[in-house]
Amino acid sequence: MSLELNKKQKNHSLAMALLKGRTLIVLALLVVFFSFASPNFLTANTMLLLAKHVALYGILAIGMTYVIITGGIDLSVGAVVGLGGMIAGGLIQNGLTLQFAGVTLYFSVPLVVLITILVGAAIGLLNGTIITKFGVAPFIATLGTMYIARGFAMLHSNGATYSNILGNAALGNTGFDFFGSRIFGIPVGAIILAVIAVLSSLLLMKTTFGWHIFAIGGNGKAAKLSGVKVDKVTILVYIFSGVCAAIVGIITASQLEASHPASGETWEMNAIAAAVLGGTSMMGGIGTIGGTIVGAFVIGVISDGMVMCGVSEFWQMIIKGLVIILAVIIDQFQRNMEAKMALQARNESKDETPEGN
Amino acid sequence: MATETQAVERIHTDIPSVLHCEKMDKIYPGTKALDQVSFDVYKGKVNVLIGENGAGKSTLMKIIAGIEQPSGGTMTMGGEEVHFPDVSAARAHGIGIIHQELSLFPNLNVYQNIFMAREITRHKVGLDNAAHIRRTKAIMEKLEHPIDPLTIVGDLRVGQQQMIEIARNLIQDDLKILIMDEPTSSLSEQEVQVLFKIMRELTAEGISIVYISHRLEEIMQIGDFVTILRDGKFVASAAVEDIELSWIVRKMVGTKKSYPQRKEAVDWTTRKVVMRAEDICLPKKGGGWLLNHVSFELKQGEILGIYGLMGAGRTELFECIMGLHPEHTGRIILDGKPIEIHNVTEQIERGFAMVPEDRQREGLVQTMDIGKNISLSSLKRYAKGIFLNKRAEDAAVDGEIKDIHIKVADKRLPILSLSGGNQQKVVIGKGILTQPKILLLDEPSRGIDIGAKTEVFEIMNHYADAGLSLIVISSELEEIEAIADRIIVLSNGIKTAEFTKADVTQDKLVLASYKGHTTQKAS
Repeated sequence: MSLELNKKQKNHSLAMALLKGRTLIVLALLVVFFSFASPNFLTANTMLLLAKHVALYGILAIGMTYVIITGGIDLSVGAVVGLGGMIAGGLIQNGLTLQFAGVTLYFSVPLVVLITILVGAAIGLLNGTIITKFGVAPFIATLGTMYIARGFAMLHSNGATYSNILGNAALGNTGFDFFGSRIFGIPVGAIILAVIAVLSSLLLMKTTFGWHIFAIGGNGKAAKLSGVKVDKVTILVYIFSGVCAAIVGIITASQLEASHPASGETWEMNAIAAAVLGGTSMMGGIGTIGGTIVGAFVIGVISDGMVMCGVSEFWQMIIKGLVIILAVIIDQFQRNMEAKMALQARNESKDETPEGN
Repeated sequence: MATETQAVERIHTDIPSVLHCEKMDKIYPGTKALDQVSFDVYKGKVNVLIGENGAGKSTLMKIIAGIEQPSGGTMTMGGEEVHFPDVSAARAHGIGIIHQELSLFPNLNVYQNIFMAREITRHKVGLDNAAHIRRTKAIMEKLEHPIDPLTIVGDLRVGQQQMIEIARNLIQDDLKILIMDEPTSSLSEQEVQVLFKIMRELTAEGISIVYISHRLEEIMQIGDFVTILRDGKFVASAAVEDIELSWIVRKMVGTKKSYPQRKEAVDWTTRKVVMRAEDICLPKKGGGWLLNHVSFELKQGEILGIYGLMGAGRTELFECIMGLHPEHTGRIILDGKPIEIHNVTEQIERGFAMVPEDRQREGLVQTMDIGKNISLSSLKRYAKGIFLNKRAEDAAVDGEIKDIHIKVADKRLPILSLSGGNQQKVVIGKGILTQPKILLLDEPSRGIDIGAKTEVFEIMNHYADAGLSLIVISSELEEIEAIADRIIVLSNGIKTAEFTKADVTQDKLVLASYKGHTTQKAS
């Protein structure tokens, strides 16, 4: 009887291991599939291009993962990408004109980057404050700031594109193209993604702050009663997401060597999809950065692979949608199975301790 | 008709029974909420159900109203066996219920609330709002509360809302049984008298009422038959005219169980006062007080018990101390110095820790593993720079698991893989790991089996002997009598009594726990 039980449990754990690694398995299968479908797919060049694309919504998805783990959502990130690009591009092309003093200031690129990141942080602070201090649902609060940020991005140039953002040596603001360039052949964006991924993963798993994020999403009330500063941590998480979005704004403008106010539109959806594919629970409390990165690569491989196979953009959308829904269904299945196993473990321990009835 | 003879005291009457429950069982995971309870609803009478918190009254009512399904037993109406898979099935048999917590739609108006799910329609499609309004007006007149049918229910006072709740049930044409679960808990004295008048009118029309209340005097005033439950079991039933208040108290209290007892031979006068609360007040929404000038002190190494009924303000008192109600007034003096209370984090740093009443909703983070649930409140202690020192954290968690004997195979397992008792120990361990001076425990024995209860009490004894001061809330008389060095009783937000271990009796506790309501009546 107990032997049978053990066997059952072993089967369970094998199934669980497969379930847990499912996104990675899917990624591997996709890579294999596309390398057969398109001979050019599995080449260094394609992979580097893929990394360059994935860097963009990968970074967004990291910020989004933090937010979703707290049980929230950040719809404003796509618009912040647009606004961030416009602010960086505008500062380089036109400088900052102080009307009252009659001067125009041109900042060096590091300063431009810093200002852009601060704007992203400010929008995150706004999101976090509206959500925690005024009790607005994250969906609505960030929907609002999404429109606001996009509006400001458009206003910045009246809808025009800044196309002269490589700087002027005489003004000392050259070098913005660095973020779109390559170091030893590796896109800078991908390097930034890797750095942010490692740091944010450490922050999430190895620090008090990180565990407080999990606690808030798992059970906000218990977190509060345990002494977690729920409001402060939540605000910091939205700031982090805003900063990630601003960084993506810089990278994308640099990659294109132009700032377009509509860039980043609907990217928040890709970021959410990557997080969810990577096993982040929309209910909050569960998620990993590693999973999210794999999720981002799944989306990237699907997009780039299908482009190489000549699948139309419209079909790409349909397939992406199906993959996301399937991922969540499997996720649900895994949760149910885990809950069942937990209950089973509980009943067994009860059987062992007869006084426990 | 009641035919059973095995119980010692049971009603003998010729009045016909409209609904007979035979040996009802209700099993929840871990506990038996109802155990072989038989109950009769006599026609045209006020049938009172009474018992301590958790005695099974509300569970029995929910089964009769079709909200919960019994695990065993049968219900018969007019000799025929009936089953109520849902509320509408019970309603079809003429059974209506007024809930303890209001179950109205605050966003809708009076007539919409009254006719929700029993709408009057024209040609089965269009709503006949004219008829809704007309009938609402008529019924509210009858209830002596002529409220405009178009008023939004959320804007009404709680007492008026209670009247809407009653009106909802009266609208039913063939009402046979009306269940009222503590309908007077939020009513003023005047409204209570109106309610009693309505109840008498209803019984005169032949409608049977099942009445649950914590106000003992009320039962003597309005009740016809009384049935007493304890720990999910039937204790006794009688006609109200044959009994006295003291009989009810005696039956409610029952006989002793054995719990680890506190030592009595301690000279508390020599112990230092760790905390003093002075005139703690917390206003209730819509008038009145949740806490009304409550003062007490707590000594080093003492276990102070707080007894009271549900809604007496016990949990709110803890919440004030923990910083969840910064709007409260009064003073808390810690180690001789008055403190300003702002938030929970600050209170934990000052040396307070709380084990909340609702383990699932407030105590545990279900998505985290056992170890993290234990260390959550004290993570900062294990941080080295910004990173957590895993070794220090693990050592602390392992130490705590050993100290309070949490039965775990691996601390990395999900928290829900533990039994209720061990989950509770995790929550207690989380509090103790913050190295508190004062530990607040809100119903620490709720929903756990007797073995685990004893262990929880041993943990409390152990830490009290080591110098920790504890305040424990409990609704169970035997428990609080055993575990506390001193007991204060809250009733309706007022501190009505204080007993030392030497002079406390269960009867005194029960009487004091009803006193706050009487005081209110007098004022």
